[in-house]
Amino acid sequence: MICIVDYSAGNLNSVKKAFHYLGADVVVTDQSETVAAADKIVLPGVGHFSSLQALNRTGLREVLLQGAFAGKPFLGICLGMQWLFEGSEECAEFAGAGIFPGRCRQFPSSVKSPHVGWNSLTVREGSRLLRGIAQDSFVYYTHSFYAPVVAETTAASEYGLQFAGAVERGGIFGVQFHPEKSGEVGLSILKNFCEV
Amino acid sequence: MLTKRIIACLDMDGGRVVKGVRFRNLRDAGDPAECAAAHARNGADEIVLLDITATSGNRRTMLDAVFRTAHSLFVPFTVGGGIRGLDDAAAVFDAGADKIAINSGAVRDPSLISRIAGRFGSQAVVVAIDARKIDGGFEVFIAGGRVPTGREAIQWAREAAACGAGEILLTSMDRDGTQSGFDCRLVRDVAEAVSIPVIASGGAGSARDFIEVFRDGRADAALAASIFHFGIENIAQLKRELRDASIPVRWPC
Repeated sequence: MICIVDYSAGNLNSVKKAFHYLGADVVVTDQSETVAAADKIVLPGVGHFSSLQALNRTGLREVLLQGAFAGKPFLGICLGMQWLFEGSEECAEFAGAGIFPGRCRQFPSSVKSPHVGWNSLTVREGSRLLRGIAQDSFVYYTHSFYAPVVAETTAASEYGLQFAGAVERGGIFGVQFHPEKSGEVGLSILKNFCEV
Repeated sequence: MLTKRIIACLDMDGGRVVKGVRFRNLRDAGDPAECAAAHARNGADEIVLLDITATSGNRRTMLDAVFRTAHSLFVPFTVGGGIRGLDDAAAVFDAGADKIAINSGAVRDPSLISRIAGRFGSQAVVVAIDARKIDGGFEVFIAGGRVPTGREAIQWAREAAACGAGEILLTSMDRDGTQSGFDCRLVRDVAEAVSIPVIASGGAGSARDFIEVFRDGRADAALAASIFHFGIENIAQLKRELRDASIPVRWPC
């Protein structure tokens, strides 16, 4: 069972719908017990980095970290990926999970912000999540803060600078783009996650 | 590289997609779910569904259509028409929309923008502006273009962005339905005034019009309704022409 974590950061219908479409057994929950019992965890989220503070208040943070470190496949989408880093300029006083090094920053003033639309991915070979995804495939982004390119970055996009489109360490995955809104490419990525 | 988006707009009346010529002679153009899926297959980067009647009486019909359309659509999906409060927006999101478009409701009460953005995120709020050229400037109209507001379009776009709008959907009423090209000056003025993406609408007739609005109008996206129905302009073909003109587009899809 795949569990989509609901911490009141936006609309989770699209993520749920995409997993349904792929035939996955999926549940949306804000309950720690349900998350702890799930086989796989998806942490979606849109909006402000501070909305992730709800994870601390509800005790979900520990459950998520325990699951991820226990080897449970974990997928952070958009804000959910940013949470996997150390923190974000958007809300400096709140710490992320720190699974990936570095902090999320605002795009430079040379480009319009937010970054909205379809951008291409430079894919690094060997990613399990991006298996079968062609070089320069397009995915849909909508965000104002970006995560840095680090050793664990498996795909990068360019918008004023290079930033992390996807990261991966063991069974812990993060994507800055929205696979549930990225057509066939996005569905293939979610299918890969289902099959990890 | 970030690409320019081509957005297919479906005007809906009573649960069916309709196409009019200068707002009259509405013709049935099909089922919204089928039309949306066909446009997505053809390369549309996003789908916008506008309920052009948007009366409370057919609210259920509208939400049913949104639900059916969203069901197997995996590109961004925006829904507009008759959204006057947070509850209206929540119902549309529940039915499967990724973004809502608000127009009259936002002009009457700009706090609606910040309230929806506060709950669903700015990325989910598109402020639609219908503008008409008046005395060298552009005035905002509401209620389907029937009611002048006295507001200046560029100023309103700035205010909407400051309230938390994620994108501006800018329609030139002078060009709408004419297929005589986008109003590049209007689009450029607004695109330079705000930092959020601007979607140009009104006047699409040929690939050349799209090239101009991306180059001269500095639009981030362009929307068209009528030319994409009945296959007048095939989106895949349009994207090939844009790519040949060195406009970055998502291709192949």
